[in-house]
Amino acid sequence: MSHVELQHITKNFPGVTALEDVSFDVKDGEFFVLLGPTGAGKTTTLRAIAGLEHQDAGSILFDGELMDNVTPSDRDVALVFQQYSLYPTMSVFDNLAFPLRSPLRRTSVEEIRKKVEETAEILHISHLLKRKTAHLSGGEMQRVSIGRAIVRSPRVFLMDEPLSNLDAKLREALRVELQHLQKTQGSTTLFVTHDQIEALTMADRIGVLNEGKLIQVGTPEDIYDRPSTTFIAQLVGSPRINLYNAQQQDGTITICDSDIHMPAPKDGKLPADFQVGLRPEDVDLDPNGIFSGQLVLAEPLGVETILHIQSNKCTLLSIVPGISTYHLGDLLKFNIAYEHIHYFGLNGDRFKS
Amino acid sequence: MSTIELRQVEKKFGDLHAVKPLDLTIQDGEFIVLLGPSGCGKTTTLRMISGLETVSGGTIWLNGRNVTWLHPSARDIAFVFQFYALYPHLTVWRNIAFPLQAQGESRETVDKRVTEVAQLLRIEHLLGAHPGQLSGGDQQRVALARALVRRPAAFLMDEPLGALDADFRESMRSEIKRLHVLQHATTVYVTHDQIEAMAMGDRIVVMSEAAIQQIGTPSDVYNDPSNLFVARFIGSPGMNLVPGKYADRVVQMAGLDNRYAVPQGWHTALNKGLDGGSDIVVGFRPEAAQINDRGSLVGKVYASEMQGSSAVLHLTINENEIIHIRTDRLIPYPIDTLIHFDINPQMVRFFNPKTEAAIKPEVAQ
Amino acid sequence: MASFEETGPRTPVVEPTRVDKVHPRAKLGKSFRVILTLIVTFIMIIPVLVMIMTAFKSRADIVTPPPKVLFHPTLEGFLYLFTDRSLFSPSNLEAARANPGNLDYWQKLALSVGQKINGPSDYVGRLKNSVIIAGTSTILSVILGLFAAYAFSRFKIAGKDDLLFFILSTRMLPGVVVTIPLFLLYKQLGWNDTHIGMIILYTVFNLSFSVWLLKGFIDEIPIEYEEAALVDGYTRLQAFFKIVLPQAVNGIAATTVFCLIFAWNEYAFALMLTSQKARTAPPSIATMLGSGGLEWSAIAAGSLGFLIPVAIVTFVLRDYLLRGVTFGAVRK
Repeated sequence: MSHVELQHITKNFPGVTALEDVSFDVKDGEFFVLLGPTGAGKTTTLRAIAGLEHQDAGSILFDGELMDNVTPSDRDVALVFQQYSLYPTMSVFDNLAFPLRSPLRRTSVEEIRKKVEETAEILHISHLLKRKTAHLSGGEMQRVSIGRAIVRSPRVFLMDEPLSNLDAKLREALRVELQHLQKTQGSTTLFVTHDQIEALTMADRIGVLNEGKLIQVGTPEDIYDRPSTTFIAQLVGSPRINLYNAQQQDGTITICDSDIHMPAPKDGKLPADFQVGLRPEDVDLDPNGIFSGQLVLAEPLGVETILHIQSNKCTLLSIVPGISTYHLGDLLKFNIAYEHIHYFGLNGDRFKS
Repeated sequence: MSTIELRQVEKKFGDLHAVKPLDLTIQDGEFIVLLGPSGCGKTTTLRMISGLETVSGGTIWLNGRNVTWLHPSARDIAFVFQFYALYPHLTVWRNIAFPLQAQGESRETVDKRVTEVAQLLRIEHLLGAHPGQLSGGDQQRVALARALVRRPAAFLMDEPLGALDADFRESMRSEIKRLHVLQHATTVYVTHDQIEAMAMGDRIVVMSEAAIQQIGTPSDVYNDPSNLFVARFIGSPGMNLVPGKYADRVVQMAGLDNRYAVPQGWHTALNKGLDGGSDIVVGFRPEAAQINDRGSLVGKVYASEMQGSSAVLHLTINENEIIHIRTDRLIPYPIDTLIHFDINPQMVRFFNPKTEAAIKPEVAQ
Repeated sequence: MASFEETGPRTPVVEPTRVDKVHPRAKLGKSFRVILTLIVTFIMIIPVLVMIMTAFKSRADIVTPPPKVLFHPTLEGFLYLFTDRSLFSPSNLEAARANPGNLDYWQKLALSVGQKINGPSDYVGRLKNSVIIAGTSTILSVILGLFAAYAFSRFKIAGKDDLLFFILSTRMLPGVVVTIPLFLLYKQLGWNDTHIGMIILYTVFNLSFSVWLLKGFIDEIPIEYEEAALVDGYTRLQAFFKIVLPQAVNGIAATTVFCLIFAWNEYAFALMLTSQKARTAPPSIATMLGSGGLEWSAIAAGSLGFLIPVAIVTFVLRDYLLRGVTFGAVRK
């Protein structure tokens, strides 16, 4: 396993800048998730690390060793793709054995068999070894893909949205298994996804990419509690954060021209116009609450219910545990957890506090 | 608006049942969700209601009229597909106006109705654009507008959000629900996503293996699943279902020394529900588990997930079983830590593993 | 119709069907379409049927107006096709008929039309030439096309689109236009009437087609497969053989059939550039028109014999072919 370092990576494609001065490192044994919407440059980053794409500027180092002129086969990384990574003409066993049979490794037949069987054991796919990959379910296929990555112990695992083509139940199950596997094997892993819940649940650290720029790196808690821009605040969290335009006058904040007024934080650094972010869990229903609004929509998810509360021109999302028994049209009172309010400038950047 | 009734409707493909005979009554103005994994027969059921698929048996009644063998276009229903099926060469306005023009409506009526529906869906600014220039969410809005503009007796929707990005899906979900709250059109909505079903449905029809497993409100299917399938399928993660042996008011679970004392009030029901057998499945939602140092149940941490405002702990309680516990997100536990917990006695459920059916509690006298 | 709407069709519908497709009116429309299809199919197949029948007709039956549908089948056509014959003089014919001796089937057949067999015709040799030239050029154009197509599909090549257009442009001129310059060129090179000359010609001609077709098939194979192999420690060539080739089988089969059909059927170049040694079957069938009157049955028999090899190859590869030609259309 190893420590991966990206230094000032820039990559241009005709007409677009795919990556602009991206620097971060993945520590030995760390689970690092690159999160971002489609087209953010996540996959390009991953491919640059694998050596499938060559960056225009900057360097990539494995354990301090410069990788820029090393071919993909010599970098000793393992890639798990979103789909298509299994060879349809081969059996599961042959698929798993494929990396070991590479002329670079020259593994003996006996050892190949041993390693393949061990790997199959870890991933609970021993009963599938003789099957052709075309006869596998989506979940089984992705297990085999992961198996093909771990069968040899590469320096780094690179995973490109490996769960996104699976159905929800399988995704949840594999998410847990992948995390357990990574923690128990201590493998250095770079995982790319557009799904914020995958990022939050699995990562030791998250890097958020947008339009080729790395805009925040931090633990899931950092990203969720202290998003550095409104983009990240909206990207992470479900239901989505409430975001409003706000004005401040004489220490009182008013959001979206409503009668929701809140005291401004004491440090008094806020300008007259800015944006306010409110996580739904920070809008607390309270029979003695000082704000009120009408319930316009309730979405019971089971563990919690999302309430859409209309207060003048403002629609606030709130969550309450369990399945709520409120009716549409009910007048609900609520409080806002002032200490958890996020303040952003009109340009979207978070105010440092 | 109207009611839809299915009486013993079934569909066979050769000898295979795609849909086993089912009865379903949909009330006027109701939002019904057909929920199930792929291949469970939900889409076939929807297509039979629309007439895009014939029935192999049974009858379909729309507003008291037998429409089983009526041409799809004569049924006065609108169908919204997963792929928006917009005409790429026509503008948004022409796309929306298309069904009205097909009915030979006058120019003024068409104008008026298109404008109305565009306002409702907030797409007035897009009327001159071509579908190819729109985002996925906007394309689906236009598709909805095209369905709405006809004012049909009922809406049939086949995974209309399936092709959208996750963040779009969430906002479109509440938009469609808002639309329903405003219009109260009878709607049958097909999805494989249990979150969508819970959030949107007045009632949910859970299907699996060509048959209905349960019909009920979101609260019914979440809190009182009728069998193991529904318990597992609804919820994220699904209900914890731990097999064990029941004897002397205690369930003995395999693996770590887990003895679960069954709450008062269940004993007669269990004796009756298990038919004298001892095999039982204990079911509880992740949020029903309460971490407690003196808890009677114990598991080892397998993985922990931060999920925003809360966290989920995954515990192994024996070689095969992983259970999920919802916790406050701020307590980190390393792998293999032993966690003791109890189950909220109000929220525990029991199942008979042979029949897979839920065991009904005794009604308090 | 009212009764249908209440009761539905008499027998349950057990396949995916729309309600309006089982309506009595729809059924009427369906049978009409089936009948129409049968009629069109029949019209299309008439020339082939006539050819097959002609191949087995006697000379007299062929020229009788109106054309006979029922006739006594004979192998006369094949006799004319495969043998070189001469006419008996009337007196010799009497003698030969009076004392047939130890004649085999073909000799008897020849005798019955007043001819005697001098030896095999050159049609067999022509057919052999066709097999050698068409077979070799097909294999060559598929192999070369495969590598070229792979390169076009996977690598960044400067001026890729222009090159591809240029390759295709060789097919834009009708073949006849270039026959004269080709003839002169081949004369200089001494390639006239040689196997090698024809093989190279057909290979070059088919190459543009096979590059385009195979590029389409290779484009459909996700690049991730090879990238996974590269990362796993294989070279590109190894990845090509282990990963791309097995998945391109359908496309290769389809390309093979199309190339073979072209090379097998090609007439104009063969007529101009070959005379004896390397002459292929198509021009030789046509020249039968010229020698010794119109041997219609021989021409039909020749065409039939010529059709069979391609028909067999297409039949053997039909599964791949169907998957191959529908590949691009079904995906996505």
